[in-house]
Amino acid sequence: MELLERFAAGDVDAFEALFRQYQGEVYRWLMRIVRNTAVAEDLTLETFWRMHRAHARFDPAMGNCGAWLRRIATNAAIDHLRHARREVPLPDDLPATAQQPPAEQLELRREILRAMNKLSPRLRAVVLLALVEEEPYERIAEALGISESAVKVRVFRGVRILRKTLSQAGVHP
Amino acid sequence: MKEPQIDDLKKLLKDTLPPAHGGELQRDLWPAMLQRLDQRTLRVPWWDWALLATVAAALCFFPGIIPALLYHL
Repeated sequence: MELLERFAAGDVDAFEALFRQYQGEVYRWLMRIVRNTAVAEDLTLETFWRMHRAHARFDPAMGNCGAWLRRIATNAAIDHLRHARREVPLPDDLPATAQQPPAEQLELRREILRAMNKLSPRLRAVVLLALVEEEPYERIAEALGISESAVKVRVFRGVRILRKTLSQAGVHP
Repeated sequence: MKEPQIDDLKKLLKDTLPPAHGGELQRDLWPAMLQRLDQRTLRVPWWDWALLATVAAALCFFPGIIPALLYHL
């Protein structure tokens, strides 16, 4: 029996094989949205827990387990952003690409994070994926379960809110 | 909104929030997953507790149903 069929039938060994195969991919996808290693690890576990719980609903004929997991992971990340409406932590484990003096750069970053926090979790996820991570719209649409044109509309709306919030803070992109 | 305006904001965002590009997972999460599976499996849903409490209360208040219950078991 194929791995996906065994997983759908509730085989734990098949689940482990899929977990080992996809854990890195799911983690990387989540890091793009939550930008925090500890949260991304926790959400990776939550994603696979949801996958395990929904094994009976998985159709092996669909085949694309990676896309299914990305969809679950995106929903888990959005749930997290919704429940933890706190300041997005500065990504201290990410490389700095500062071209301005550090203090000015830090202040600018703070303003941008503040503006990002004004976005709804769904808009924030789309803005981060589309503008910062430059993920293709098609992939974002698939992960959110919406059409490509809906992604474009959300990017557009997110940019408009960000520009307005940043302008109010004296930052003019 | 024009495309250049989006590009300007994109540049600003990328300059201040460098792309995560995912980063690499530093450890195998399978042991943690197993632990979570065990914890969740052991947890009894609140509905089961409520059902149990209802049955216990019914047996206390109406002991006459015990023989009928035993008969059906």
